[in-house]
Amino acid sequence: MPDNVPTTLLAELTHRCPLHCPYCSNPLELIRAEAELSTDDWKRVFSQARELGVLQLGLSGGEPLLRKDLEELAAHARQQGLYSTLVTSGLGLTRARAERLKEAGLEHIQISIQDSDPEIAERIAGVRSVRHKQAAAALVRELGFAFTINVVLHRANLDRIGEIIEMAAELGADRIELANTQYYGWGLQNRAALMPTREQVERSREIAEQAIQRYRGRMQITYVLPDYYEAYPKACYGGWGKVYLVVAPNGIVLPCHGATQITTLNFDNVRAHSLAWIWSESEAFRAYRGDTWMKEPCRSCPRKTVDFGGCRCQAFALTGDAANTDPVCTLTPLRRIIDDALHEPARPMNEFQYRYIADEPAAV
Amino acid sequence: MTLLGPDTVPRLWRLARLEYDPVRQKHVLLYPEGAVLLNDTGAAILELCNGTRTVDEIVTILTERYHADVSADVNEYLSQMADRELVRAG
Repeated sequence: MPDNVPTTLLAELTHRCPLHCPYCSNPLELIRAEAELSTDDWKRVFSQARELGVLQLGLSGGEPLLRKDLEELAAHARQQGLYSTLVTSGLGLTRARAERLKEAGLEHIQISIQDSDPEIAERIAGVRSVRHKQAAAALVRELGFAFTINVVLHRANLDRIGEIIEMAAELGADRIELANTQYYGWGLQNRAALMPTREQVERSREIAEQAIQRYRGRMQITYVLPDYYEAYPKACYGGWGKVYLVVAPNGIVLPCHGATQITTLNFDNVRAHSLAWIWSESEAFRAYRGDTWMKEPCRSCPRKTVDFGGCRCQAFALTGDAANTDPVCTLTPLRRIIDDALHEPARPMNEFQYRYIADEPAAV
Repeated sequence: MTLLGPDTVPRLWRLARLEYDPVRQKHVLLYPEGAVLLNDTGAAILELCNGTRTVDEIVTILTERYHADVSADVNEYLSQMADRELVRAG
């Protein structure tokens, strides 16, 4: 793809969600319903995104089905030529809504599964959800959507990765995305209860690799390793401000869904600026684009064109300076922060801090 | 490499859609979480993968269109796309 033309927009339509997963990728400070963008705002954003070069649109949240205008937004996205993915818990996907979404031209639905063990799945989600998800999966399959199951992996479910893959195949998924927890925001709060052991990671990697071969041609399997156990950091979307952008429910535009935790940056809003201006000119997008911001050891490192110094959000969250090397990298002395975390005593699941919007009732 | 025989009927992955991108002025193959920019030849080949034509028939059409024997190019391209599971046989 050409330089600095975005391909992917993640639209966080709302932060409201019936689930309370302790690794949620939304920020700790969740945005309330009254601050959300209007239908017209979102339509304008999708049109501007397409003009800017965006091809892939994620209709995400929170739970995007809580937006009553979702069908209208999906239809508008399709009219622009965008390939849309609904990223949902499955809760709220009634037959009527699924049929309307199909009619609107939505192509791909991604349903989250917490575990193959129903009891643990509901403990992770913090709410009764397994039956709803099964019903939603059956609908998605029946109506002929492209269908992905996505699973966030951690210590409490990693040992059942084989069963989880089988379950996805039985539900008729075209794809399954198995991604280890990323430790930002809620995930970082709950890190000691979520972090798998090295043995779990090794074993699950073997099972995933075998399954990739076994299911080839029938179900596509992607497996994302936990970066804490890697020697080098992940290449976040090809680098900051390269191909990816996120619009939060209140209209602020982020280079990464975890970027609001970088408190030293100001993020511009689609209510005040065009997406094109924000993408190319705004302070936040320019801050870590390219490699001139890099310090050592990144600056002189041949890997800087491979992993781009890793994740800016992780660098900030763990070191307080977003321009530092991602501490996952074994070439930086900051790596001891990761090694210390890996040696932290594990905490039990019943100490999860569940995801809630402030002042909501706590988990029961 | 996944070799597709002359009688194979190649079709796009059920989840993939061919689209023209006016921003990049190129055809693009869109699918869940991915996009491939296509050159003119690639787009010409994939547009003919309608689920009824064989590889041989696609070669014949393009050979006439370009006044050149394109069989090696077509076979190699479709094999590459089949390796990536973006084109399926039958």
